[in-house]
Amino acid sequence: MSTQLNAPVNLENIAALSQGRGEPGWLTDLRREAAALAGTLEWPKPEKMRIDRWNLTALGEHRAPQLAGDLKQLPEEIRASLPQDAANLVVQRNSGVCYRNLAEEWKAKGVIFTDLETAAREHGELVRKHLFRTVEAGEDRLTALHAALWNGGVFVYVPKNVELDVPLQAVFYLDDPEAAFAPHILIVADANSRVSYVDRVLASGAGRTAEAVHHSVVEIVAGPGAHVRFASIHHLPEGVVDLSIRRATLGNDARIEWIIGDLNHGNTLSVTKSDLKGNGSSSDSKLITVGTGSQNMSITTHAVHYGIGSESEMESRAVMRDSATAIINGVTKIEKGASKANGHQTERVLMLSPKARGDANPILLIDEDDVKADHAASVGRVNEEQIYYLMSRGIDRELAERLIIRGFLTPTVGEVPIEAVRGELERMIEGKLDA
Amino acid sequence: MATRFTVKGLRVSVEGKEILKGIDLDIRGGEIHAIMGPNGTGKSTLASALMGHPKYEVTAGEALLDGENLLEMEVDERARAGLFLAMQYPSEISGVTNADFLRSAINARRGEGNEISLIKFIRQLESKMKELEMDPELAHRYLNEGFSGGEKKRNEILQMMMLEPKIVILDEVDSGLDIDALKIVAKGVNSMRSEDRGFLIITHYQRLLNYIRPDYVHVMMQGRIVKSGGPELAERLEAEGYDWVKEELGIIDETVGQA
Repeated sequence: MSTQLNAPVNLENIAALSQGRGEPGWLTDLRREAAALAGTLEWPKPEKMRIDRWNLTALGEHRAPQLAGDLKQLPEEIRASLPQDAANLVVQRNSGVCYRNLAEEWKAKGVIFTDLETAAREHGELVRKHLFRTVEAGEDRLTALHAALWNGGVFVYVPKNVELDVPLQAVFYLDDPEAAFAPHILIVADANSRVSYVDRVLASGAGRTAEAVHHSVVEIVAGPGAHVRFASIHHLPEGVVDLSIRRATLGNDARIEWIIGDLNHGNTLSVTKSDLKGNGSSSDSKLITVGTGSQNMSITTHAVHYGIGSESEMESRAVMRDSATAIINGVTKIEKGASKANGHQTERVLMLSPKARGDANPILLIDEDDVKADHAASVGRVNEEQIYYLMSRGIDRELAERLIIRGFLTPTVGEVPIEAVRGELERMIEGKLDA
Repeated sequence: MATRFTVKGLRVSVEGKEILKGIDLDIRGGEIHAIMGPNGTGKSTLASALMGHPKYEVTAGEALLDGENLLEMEVDERARAGLFLAMQYPSEISGVTNADFLRSAINARRGEGNEISLIKFIRQLESKMKELEMDPELAHRYLNEGFSGGEKKRNEILQMMMLEPKIVILDEVDSGLDIDALKIVAKGVNSMRSEDRGFLIITHYQRLLNYIRPDYVHVMMQGRIVKSGGPELAERLEAEGYDWVKEELGIIDETVGQA
């Protein structure tokens, strides 16, 4: 089967681009090998969703921006979504990073927070040690293509025992419909460190009518006792396919907290996985999505227990409108040897339209006896008795429905630990419900 | 204008079966009317049909509140026109706090641009909850979720007090209440008695009427009001039951619409 790499993105181009960006030889080789591999591999095959039928060819051309010295050069709507205090921020525009900043106090403690391209040049050994180790390039066509084509991105390194008490933030935006848009995020949290990272993925200006593919991979390595909080809100327009793979590897007693807002308007593949390798490691994921229009979404949260006494908690909630489709998978896998593991998952889907489709698929795979695991899943409609009750107090039908929908999401959104992210999630959810 | 609520010839069906067979009522501001009757005679149907529950189909009649026919309105419009129903089985709504819900309800009535200030709202809410001896924590809990039976009933009365309706229907508000809770609920209702507010109390038992003294008592059987009188009628029903009414009227089965 031939690759779907579009001209001018071909093998020679990949090598030339990599060299042109001054990337180390090992990285050029990695890209080249991955590109060759891409043609031999299949697209991922999530449950009940044929993503190979999506428009996956518009991978775009490399369009890297100039580095801006100052946030004022960014478009207004992007600036509006930025935190007030942009001290610890990386911004990627199209195929490259246009702004990056880390407060001196964190630099002095050895924290690295920059774009991945720069990190590959300046911290080559550290990046090389971790890049495409948690997610491997050769897993499927998507990971291979991404390994060949990724651009911009973010690299976070937090040294041993360093605790960041402010979130690191990133914004990835597309405003050129022809641009390749493929950030790779690599977060390495050394032993007993603590870090929160928050990003947003969106489109601006001409990017909003783009027919494009955003593919991104997140790799998180949490060393022993490290605590990583990762929050990501995706808000891409209808014509942009979002393919996002996120994975964390956890050492002993490490913890990952995922907060995912899949609030795109287009087709979405979202896979968020915790590999609980360490004894006593734990993961918690909260995922919110609102399906609108005719978008198709395959959304998976996944926890694999290897460590003794490892714990996972997953909660996914979806509101489905119009003729949107979402397959919400929750997978808890407990490997042989992971005794005393405890996995708990919930998927809830609220259907607002008879034409929408929402499936909740809880999957428990257990190869060890001495464990606890359970799941809860439901798919339901807005309850007419509840609507009647609210209306009987003078609230009109529209607001009554809105209160009930908001109420459905609140138990998850309300638990989001970073206030700014919570507010942004609420705003974008309202936006999707209003459309 | 003094409140006046007039129900004329109300007939209601559920799933094609006629339950109410022509109800007439005339309630003026300041009056308390009680509707009594055994189970299955159509009392709760009357309450739900007046509020506009989608299950109940009105086939004839009208219900005029200050000249406006409620039966032509949506449920929320009836509420904004001044009708309030304290329900027998209030819904539980997850994720919506009691306080947020109440504020939305008050603002729906006041309209855009005229929203109640947060401080004023909180002050009112706190004082009414205190009157009803409710745990202040209930304001921040999700609406009716995990409330005990008594807490739910008090919460209904709280809503009534906050929304200040013109016509209040209490549907079996006394069921499941112990005597202390009953007294508190009655106190709440009595505090709301006024010249521009009328009450329709639907009850199975007379004991609530010991604490809320009605001006008129109506007995319902077979989907009709079969007897009306003053408070002494309630007392006689409590003492003697319903059999003498049935006998007097030659009714054998007082229920309606039962299989």
